[in-house]
Amino acid sequence: MTELRQRVAHEPDAPPEDKESESEAKVDGETASDSESRAESAPLPVSADDTPEVLNRALSNLSSRWKNWWVRGILTLAMIAFFFIIIYLGPMVLMIIVMCVQIKCFHEIITIGYNVYHSYDLPWFRTLSWYFLLCVNYFFYGETVTDYFFTLVQREEPLRILSKYHRFISFTLYLIGFCMFVLSLVKKHYRLQFYMFGWTHVTLLIVVTQSHLVIHNLFEGMIWFIVPISCVICNDIMAYMFGFFFGRTPLIKLSPKKTWEGFIGGFFATVVFGLLLSYVMSGYRCFVCPVEYNNDTNSFTVDCEPSDLFRLQEYNIPGVIQSVIGWKTVRMYPFQIHSIALSTFASLIGPFGGFFASGFKRAFKIKDFANTIPGHGGIMDRFDCQYLMATFVNVYIASFIRGPNPSKLIQQFLTLRPDQQLHIFNTLRSHLIDKGMLTSATEDE
Amino acid sequence: MKRPFQGDWVESVLTVCPDSIFITCKYNNAWLQVLGIQVKCFHEIITIGYRVYHSYDLPWFRTLSWYFLLCVNYFFYGETVADYFATFVQREEQLQFLIRYHRFISFALYLAGFCMFVLSLVKKHYRLQFYMFAWTHVTLLITVTQSHLVIQNLFEGMIWFLVPISSVICNDITAYLFGFFFGRTPLIKLSPKKTWEGFIGGFFSTVVFGFIAAYVLSKYQYFVCPVEYRSDVNSFVTECEPSELFQLQTYSLPPFLKAVLRQERVSLYPFQIHSIALSTFASLIGPFGGFFASGFKRAFKIKDFANTIPGHGGIMDRFDCQYLMATFVHVYITSFIRGPNPSKVLQQLLVLQPEQQLNIYKTLKTHLIEKGILQPALKV
Repeated sequence: MTELRQRVAHEPDAPPEDKESESEAKVDGETASDSESRAESAPLPVSADDTPEVLNRALSNLSSRWKNWWVRGILTLAMIAFFFIIIYLGPMVLMIIVMCVQIKCFHEIITIGYNVYHSYDLPWFRTLSWYFLLCVNYFFYGETVTDYFFTLVQREEPLRILSKYHRFISFTLYLIGFCMFVLSLVKKHYRLQFYMFGWTHVTLLIVVTQSHLVIHNLFEGMIWFIVPISCVICNDIMAYMFGFFFGRTPLIKLSPKKTWEGFIGGFFATVVFGLLLSYVMSGYRCFVCPVEYNNDTNSFTVDCEPSDLFRLQEYNIPGVIQSVIGWKTVRMYPFQIHSIALSTFASLIGPFGGFFASGFKRAFKIKDFANTIPGHGGIMDRFDCQYLMATFVNVYIASFIRGPNPSKLIQQFLTLRPDQQLHIFNTLRSHLIDKGMLTSATEDE
Repeated sequence: MKRPFQGDWVESVLTVCPDSIFITCKYNNAWLQVLGIQVKCFHEIITIGYRVYHSYDLPWFRTLSWYFLLCVNYFFYGETVADYFATFVQREEQLQFLIRYHRFISFALYLAGFCMFVLSLVKKHYRLQFYMFAWTHVTLLITVTQSHLVIQNLFEGMIWFLVPISSVICNDITAYLFGFFFGRTPLIKLSPKKTWEGFIGGFFSTVVFGFIAAYVLSKYQYFVCPVEYRSDVNSFVTECEPSELFQLQTYSLPPFLKAVLRQERVSLYPFQIHSIALSTFASLIGPFGGFFASGFKRAFKIKDFANTIPGHGGIMDRFDCQYLMATFVHVYITSFIRGPNPSKVLQQLLVLQPEQQLNIYKTLKTHLIEKGILQPALKV
């Protein structure tokens, strides 16, 4: 913190102001933004080259440009293989992996914050950041567990109490963290502490909420997890390939390497890829069925009667394509139509997540979020485009695919007062009669 | 250094004035007032951000900040409207469409703002723009969510809106008075004027005040009933059979209180017991909201959030303690008082597939007959 004071001493030429408080604010504002610009000139730790020794030896005879290309290529394949392996291992492992990715991303972004603000010396704050992460995760996991494992929760008495007062407990835990923050405010470091507080909360908002949306999507059916993520990865790779071979017109000043050719080529390639992948995956129950917790076997099962979305249907091809392909009808899964929407989003809006992360890296003068993956940077670098995608898929499912959960509604109904229950029952009955679903014959069953 | 007593009269009057607006309001006005206050608080905090970062010259960003405020408000108001006005919404065709795809529409609007932000990034001002983006979002998180929790509390029954707010105000005033007359031991370095005597004295007086205010307000249906929208009269009504919470019950006093008060039993509203919890929170944890705001002002070297109210600073200065309170009351209500919202359950039922509705209907019917709420000999 002495660094800040020294910089104040080096700023004698602050312009004179009329109001004293404003000049005070301006000097300090100057100091703040100036200290940040000083931070820019002293570059943050240069990313060391920590490619594994094995790869280094294997590629030692290639020039450094091609070596870089090969490193990236090999690690891309390794990550895709890893992706397949964890899919094979099932939903429980996937949940744990999502959690680990979330913690790593949170750690990376917080570390950047520490680097930017030189706030290593606020030991309280590290503890508080991790504590807030724990609180918010507890809140979200609690909500998920209550929804999906309702019967398990009702059986165990301590779990039942925890779930009944879940919001209150989470709020109390958060409040404790908030009060600890207020009590930890130290005179000289007020601004830094507020910055880190804000930084932590924004990071939590981005990282934790998205990872929980990913888990919600996962529970809806693994296909809702795999297809969006693969579309984003495919778009990344395809846009790079098209840009590499045909790229000429730059796309956006933020990322000079992106080109319009890559963007458009990537879009079409991703839509086609999405269609093919959905066709392949819709055939298998283990991908298509919602994840359920089976009380008898005490484990997750993915077994069900596939919904209409995943049953082959005949569609009439519009006239214009008929002449091209020569078929009159085509058999597709309805899900493939949805996959077009998902791929379109992944190709058109997903890159904005990437641009956001690029802008962020340029703003804070960092090359990569971290050095976890050689040639690729940190985990955040891999997942920056995924964030918007996860939210979109969740909103898409909630709006267009499934309605409210019937068993959850019944639970909620059972907690209402008798007169409210009666009122709802009567309204439902008149509604069903209006729709013609209910007649006196069925009523007497 | 203690201020002369004369100045305190002005301060007290100006304290009571804006807050008394709440007391006289009706539901229709309350909505608008909460919205107005929220917009003003948002504006104050954003203006501070502009001053701290000298980012007046990013014209795009003002537009974007207001746009995000609009989006988030649209999302929250849409959820509230859908929940409470299910019958009203069912009638209008366009509203039905908007409600059904509400989340998607809100998300699309937000995304448009996000993309505009990314497209507006200018080379020299990256860091500034990201700061303002984060500043806007944190501000939205604080002001907009809290104000919507306040409105949800309001719909639960005006008493859930009045008692917490008045407890916080009372705690403010009585802590100040106790501190003025008896204050000696400083409480926290952040706010040197606060003292332990004020803190503890304020705590006890607030609990007593809350207890009495709860007793007075629990008698009137107007305060106690949840607000409902009646389609026949096309307006809000607060008429109902008061729940057990607001019906006098006799409690046996524990022995030591019996000796003091020389009464065996006492007639209380159960709500008064809850009011003790609310007042305790207002006195013990509410001040932390004030300390947070004081720390914030010191961090950014500002004396007040703005100069809207003479002698008091901005709207945020008046409402800094209220934010935690609103969230607490909401969490308290959902955890301990009410279950799920009936009209929300109904609304979700009506959205389901007809076959699912039929299944649920049969399950409910069996349940109601078992409980004896429904007579088995019901004819269509």
